[in-house]
Amino acid sequence: MTTAGLLFMLISVGGVTALFVWCLYKVLTGKKPADHLAHIEPVEQADIEKR
Amino acid sequence: MTQKKTEAWSSKIGVIMAVAGSAVGLGNFLRFPGLVADQETGGGAFLIAYFISLLVVGLPICWVEWTLGRFGGTQGFNSSPGIFHAIIRKPWGKYLGLLGFIIPVGVYFYYVVIESWCLGYAWQSFSGALDLGKDPAAYAAHFAQTTGIKADGAILGFTAPFLFFIGVFILNFVIIYRGLSKGIEFICNWGMPLLIIIALILLVRVLTLGTPDPTKPELSVWNGLGYMWNPHDIAKGLSNPAVWLKAASQIFFTLSVGFGVIITYASYLKKNDDVVLSGLTATAANEFCEVGLGGLITVPAAFAFLGASAVAGGTFALGFNVLPQVFASMPYGHLFGGLFFTLLFIAAITSSLSMLQPGIAFLEEGLGLDRRGSVALLGLVTAVGCTLVVWFSEGLMALSTVDFWIGDIGIFLQGTLLIYVFNFAFGTERGWTEAHHGADIRIPRVFKFVIRWVSPAFLTAIFAMFVLKNVAGWNFSLTTPLFTPTDHILDLIGGPGHPASGVAQLTAFFLLLFTLFSALLIQRAGKRWDAR
Repeated sequence: MTTAGLLFMLISVGGVTALFVWCLYKVLTGKKPADHLAHIEPVEQADIEKR
Repeated sequence: MTQKKTEAWSSKIGVIMAVAGSAVGLGNFLRFPGLVADQETGGGAFLIAYFISLLVVGLPICWVEWTLGRFGGTQGFNSSPGIFHAIIRKPWGKYLGLLGFIIPVGVYFYYVVIESWCLGYAWQSFSGALDLGKDPAAYAAHFAQTTGIKADGAILGFTAPFLFFIGVFILNFVIIYRGLSKGIEFICNWGMPLLIIIALILLVRVLTLGTPDPTKPELSVWNGLGYMWNPHDIAKGLSNPAVWLKAASQIFFTLSVGFGVIITYASYLKKNDDVVLSGLTATAANEFCEVGLGGLITVPAAFAFLGASAVAGGTFALGFNVLPQVFASMPYGHLFGGLFFTLLFIAAITSSLSMLQPGIAFLEEGLGLDRRGSVALLGLVTAVGCTLVVWFSEGLMALSTVDFWIGDIGIFLQGTLLIYVFNFAFGTERGWTEAHHGADIRIPRVFKFVIRWVSPAFLTAIFAMFVLKNVAGWNFSLTTPLFTPTDHILDLIGGPGHPASGVAQLTAFFLLLFTLFSALLIQRAGKRWDAR
């Protein structure tokens, strides 16, 4: 394999791997769906007064 | 106009896995490596064209599909005809979604057959029945026996290939009957990580093969990687239209864009669910499997054992003739071969399941059928299509006819249609805002220009090139262009020294009937939607 071939391989494989890992990290550490926050107490004044 | 949703994804990672599972298929591990390794149109020029196509066609259309799909879902629609009906709001609008129904169902006709080959090969590898020695002819004969390529109806009856086909066909419908979350999402949540783990095991095995035969030092994994990744003449390659056509086509097919699947999958998202990061993650997962795993496994292994001549034979030859020989030549080859074909089977089933869901969604919302009814009707339609493919197996004529007219032409048409509908019917500005609703990350602004102008122009040019090459038979020369009708056309109308194929004509007639039948269903669905 030539040096250029090695570079092409490393950049291509490394690029898509880095992108995939970054995306997974963002998905797994991102905001949680609103449904999962349903237990949180109401913060709106109107909701508090309603209670 | 909304209706009560009966199905939804149970998690964000679930829909990402499902879309990635739909995209990751046989092409990732067999077609892509062969394209890069092609000494005429592969190498560095192909990779540059491939990544440019990813940026100007793949990712933009992917975001467009996710966005339109989620929008359609909020309007109460899950199928392409329904979503186009909601977007365009004209009587003819729903018919633009016709391809989003017939493409996935049509591709399923033959994809499930190939899927059954993978399962059969996996079983035979694990059991040692695929170890046929060193004679390449034995593997070719085994492939012919599996596919029935020598004569029509050769595998029908109480034969192993037919039983595998029946088993895989039923398995798909059992899973799809379980529903979106318990069926597709469950399988993809387990299948995709398993696929990546198997691929990593195979990757380690291949990269540590060294020089399998010390008497042939030129046949090594290192040289196999060089054969595949060495860039050749980049400037010459980039000036060759064939390189761009192959690169753009691969991006298009590998990401499942224009397939009718992503738009349906995204329609089951909630209004505030992210589509930007999810679309990017599914795309990245596919690219990781294709470039990062597929690009390092099959071609280097084949080269190290059998040399360059073994690599240049097309997708089926590499997967079902060459690689079984390679596995038979290595220690514990039956185990690694079994794992490889299991990997292909997982990649295939996560894709074939995704081909059924758009059909199920349309039959449910268009005809008002329940799950049982829609599964039964779709099962009947696909059984007829699959029977055609399995029965007329000589030369794989029925398979290649459906593949060309539905799997190639149809997907290009639908992808082109999607980008135009997004820009001109939905509106680029509105679409851009819609895409960012609930988004976890922002799309770089340059993509707004790309989606508006570059993607449609690039896609139209590539589609025109595809038709010129594969229908008109263009020789890719701009200075001395020659046009010779391709086999796909000659099979239908015949020509000098090339009689028309009755099987190709019958298959094309069946596809025409299927298209008309689908259009009638859409007309009936339209009345139902108008009355809602």
